[in-house]
Amino acid sequence: MSSDDRQLAAREALVGVAQEPGVAKPDPILVADGVERQFGGLKAVDVDHFELQRGSITALIGPNGAGKTTFFNLLTGFDSPDNGEWTFNGRSLAGMPAYKVARTGMVRTFQLTKALSKMTVLQNMLLGAPQQKGENFFAGLIAGTWRSQEKANTARAEELLAHFKLDAKSDDFAGSLSGGQRKLLEMARALMVEPDLVMLDEPMAGVNPALKQSLLDHIRELRESGMTVLFVEHDMDMVRDVSDWVVVMAQGQIVAEGPPLEVMQQQAVIDAYLGEHHDVSLDSGSPA
Amino acid sequence: MDFNLIFSQAITQGLGVQAVIFALAAIGLNVHFGYTGLLNFGQAAFLAVAAYGLGVTVATLGLSLWVGVFVGIAAAVLLALLLGIPTLRLRADYLAIVTIATAEIVRLIVRSVTLRDVFGGSDGINRFADEFYALNPFAAGLTLGPLNFSRNDLFVVVVGWVLVLVSCLIVFLAMRSPWGRVLKGIREDEDAVRSLGKNVYSYKLQSLVLGGVLGCLGGFVFAISSQSVQPDNYGTDLTFFAWAALILGGAARVFGPVLGSILFWFLLVFINVALTEAVRVGYITFIDGTQVGQIQFWILGLSLMLLMIYRPQGILGDKRELAFDVK
Repeated sequence: MSSDDRQLAAREALVGVAQEPGVAKPDPILVADGVERQFGGLKAVDVDHFELQRGSITALIGPNGAGKTTFFNLLTGFDSPDNGEWTFNGRSLAGMPAYKVARTGMVRTFQLTKALSKMTVLQNMLLGAPQQKGENFFAGLIAGTWRSQEKANTARAEELLAHFKLDAKSDDFAGSLSGGQRKLLEMARALMVEPDLVMLDEPMAGVNPALKQSLLDHIRELRESGMTVLFVEHDMDMVRDVSDWVVVMAQGQIVAEGPPLEVMQQQAVIDAYLGEHHDVSLDSGSPA
Repeated sequence: MDFNLIFSQAITQGLGVQAVIFALAAIGLNVHFGYTGLLNFGQAAFLAVAAYGLGVTVATLGLSLWVGVFVGIAAAVLLALLLGIPTLRLRADYLAIVTIATAEIVRLIVRSVTLRDVFGGSDGINRFADEFYALNPFAAGLTLGPLNFSRNDLFVVVVGWVLVLVSCLIVFLAMRSPWGRVLKGIREDEDAVRSLGKNVYSYKLQSLVLGGVLGCLGGFVFAISSQSVQPDNYGTDLTFFAWAALILGGAARVFGPVLGSILFWFLLVFINVALTEAVRVGYITFIDGTQVGQIQFWILGLSLMLLMIYRPQGILGDKRELAFDVK
């Protein structure tokens, strides 16, 4: 199937779905219920119900401070909610530490790229490989226990690096990469974990326009190879271009959902971005 | 000036027991800081619990020296767990505060009057290593060029350097393995490592245990070489001398702490003996012999500062590994 077919298929699967917050999806990979996180007096996240369609690219948008990144952190175990339940592939993840969440096949990247700068690009990649026996201290001392696995992982890492056009950099320190290359490396490294769901926190932040196009292609390819993608993004062109479904958050809640073109027209979305009374002229409002 | 004396003493100390003790302590710190990024300012505590574990087992309980070694290592592991379990979830700087406090607590406990019967108070514990010296295969001491060791010193020094080499081998094997790669990843950014499915907390604890056990070997050497353990030998000076050796040699390099420790003791003794000689002969008149002890640390401190400014990665370090340290 070509990229367009995949997009068509992914969008078709969502055709009958109502455009309302927290709507049920035909084949959800992730289902969250009543997830709440309070920071002092501020309820940063207050999501009643959320479902993520398997095999789709879903964008999570919303104004600054809407709680998108916090919601990401909660789902991936980097922060713990005050309340809430969520399941991934039918398995409950609430209260599970971040490293275990990653092992279930749900891998995230970070808004501020976390390249491990004083390690080479290849070492960064190899760190992502799951179930390496040599990561046990005693087994690690005896190279025979992990050499063959390391070889296979290196081959896979080099393949991924070639795909992301980082193969020439494989022996360079990750700290010497440009901002955009670090984003690519972080994405490639996440793929080393062999995830089912990739969660990208602002993949386009600080990336130049030329590289943006290739990043978009890479995100589409994730879907083509059967993964589900959930990403936070502010770049609306990108959201329109690549996503099959858009979820809008404002003040910690999900306020709208829908296909990318239609969701932008919804009153709740316009309100969220521009303020509820943006179309009311100042003198016709009630006097202060 | 007697240059023979100056070099002979400096080289003998640079390869002597002190250098061995600090090399082992610094090898442990290298695992903590150089590879994992853990700021441990209480390395002295690991040496202290090992030395006291040995001393108490032999002198107080009357058991064999080898049981004492086992007790010492067990005490170091226990200390690492005790330190790590509550603090490793916190940020790195908290670990620094907790470790320095713990080391002082350990020192104050063993020198306390209440526990004098067990630990010997401020006098410590003495003469418990005869069993070790009974095994001495050397018939006489060694005088080879500038080197000069007595029969017993020679035995301790040889065993000590063997321990240093074995420790270096363990560090080398561990750090080239995928296990070591996880540690280095944690040093760079622990959240990234966590997001890739590694149990960061467990690895930090393992690193603390490994570095503590390697460092505690220095405590055994210290205790056995002087046939005594005294609480005030395990103060903060010991920790910071070990840090100086590590930084001087180069962190995150297998032989960095070893080279650093050798150079540190060579320089310290060289400055001391050279100044003493210069005062004795009359080249330096504005200080007297008793002030040399302080001045040697001034000069050493100044050299370390210059090193930090002009070669911050230490002698064996890789400049590139420092160049990107702009967070």
